[in-house]
Amino acid sequence: MKEILAFDNVRLTYHTRQGEVTALKELTFSLGEGEFAAMIGPSGCGKSTILSLAAGLIKPSAGSVTLGGSIGYMLQRDELFPWRTIEKNLYLPLEVQKKNTPARRARALELAEQYGLSGFLKSYPSQLSGGMRQRAALIRTLVMEPDILLLDEPFSALDYQTRLLVAADVSRIIRSEKKAALLITHDISEAISLADRILVLTARPARLLASHETDFLSSDPLKRREEPRFSGWFETLWKELDP
Amino acid sequence: MKHETISKEHRAFLQKSRKKTGIVNAVRLGLLLLLLGLWELVTALNWADPFLVSSPSRIAKTIASLYREGTLFYHIGITLSETLIGFFAAILSGVLIALLLWWSETLRRILEPYIVVLNALPKIALGPLIIIWCGTGSRAIVFMTILVTVILVILHMLSAFLSADEGKVLLLKSMGANKAHILAKLVIPSSLPAFVSMLKVAVGMSWIGSIMGEYIVSRAGLGYLIVYGGQVFKLDLVMAATVILCFLAALMYFLVALLEKKLVKNKES
Repeated sequence: MKEILAFDNVRLTYHTRQGEVTALKELTFSLGEGEFAAMIGPSGCGKSTILSLAAGLIKPSAGSVTLGGSIGYMLQRDELFPWRTIEKNLYLPLEVQKKNTPARRARALELAEQYGLSGFLKSYPSQLSGGMRQRAALIRTLVMEPDILLLDEPFSALDYQTRLLVAADVSRIIRSEKKAALLITHDISEAISLADRILVLTARPARLLASHETDFLSSDPLKRREEPRFSGWFETLWKELDP
Repeated sequence: MKHETISKEHRAFLQKSRKKTGIVNAVRLGLLLLLLGLWELVTALNWADPFLVSSPSRIAKTIASLYREGTLFYHIGITLSETLIGFFAAILSGVLIALLLWWSETLRRILEPYIVVLNALPKIALGPLIIIWCGTGSRAIVFMTILVTVILVILHMLSAFLSADEGKVLLLKSMGANKAHILAKLVIPSSLPAFVSMLKVAVGMSWIGSIMGEYIVSRAGLGYLIVYGGQVFKLDLVMAATVILCFLAALMYFLVALLEKKLVKNKES
């Protein structure tokens, strides 16, 4: 499998007037093309920093981050622009990346159609449910045709039931588009139900504690939760996170 | 909503709420008429000296005689043009300065104490300086109007620009956006409601500026009429000019409120 994202011995130190904080230290991991990985760790261990590094928004203090493709970032909140219709929101990445061509716009509409958003194109974000909005945010990310999706706790702002459904929804879409994904979450069961590989981080400064390949029969998050090995995985990860 | 779909209960609710609005409007108008009537009455019966407190009928007569002399619209025109020129110049320069300060954090840090001091300074203290720099004509008054209004515009818009959503900034950056993109796609559109609410405050400020300017230096305008009327003890003239000012300020405020309705469709959930 071709590598699409590689962290090699990465250290990141934040400097403020009050002092310096090392968020990551000796972090090494990689992600292959089309692979769906989840990253879990104690809260405040610098998980979001890893995504910022992967996206190239910040530079590592030491070590290297290699990205072999384009990224799409999906955040905790949908971050749809309230003054734009859903359609105009989908075009936002095209406008920013100067790819606002009829062909690209047609592709965006095709994605919207394919994933059940075409009835909402002329609506404003406030007229959509939380789940629908997060789906629109995902389609907006896909419009950029990214090779890898960086998901920063994208379901944590939703209520529990919606959360399970939207997670299943997003997983299905990402898998059918054959994209690689790196999901950051603090929810162990979310990580297990979605990802093929789970990376466990230590407390700050974060290093890689363990990497597990999951062995589920299904790729559907809701079905995975019903498989007997689900609780086994949960227990393993729970123990690793709890020193 | 279609009429048939309204339930009986909802229709009763609508009727009640419409009735309430009607009562509020009627009492509002009634209160004005009552106050004007009382004013007229106490002066007509000489319980209060009309020479000191004027009266609605005397104000109306004064306005009518100003109109006959042909100076009514002359004075209104002078003050209105000073106010409007000052208002638009302050908005334009204020927004531009706020944009510059948003763009450069270093510039913002350098200029912060100056802006704070300028904001705290009572602008009328600069009156003598303004007369020396700009002369005693309309230019001085426009300058005063700009001075009074512009700091408010800068502070209001800068805080709006700076409060653009962090998450959305991060999202745009992840799409490869530069500062100009962030400005055009996020900061400016998200500051639109703040811009309109700033206009409402700026309307009041620019009236303060122009009338204050006319108090210091002027040979015409509503502020001039008020000062002149006060000096020669023509309280009717003072009151008449004040009433006209009330009308103009209210008119300008309502125009801005109308603009707000057009511009700001509240789509935030």
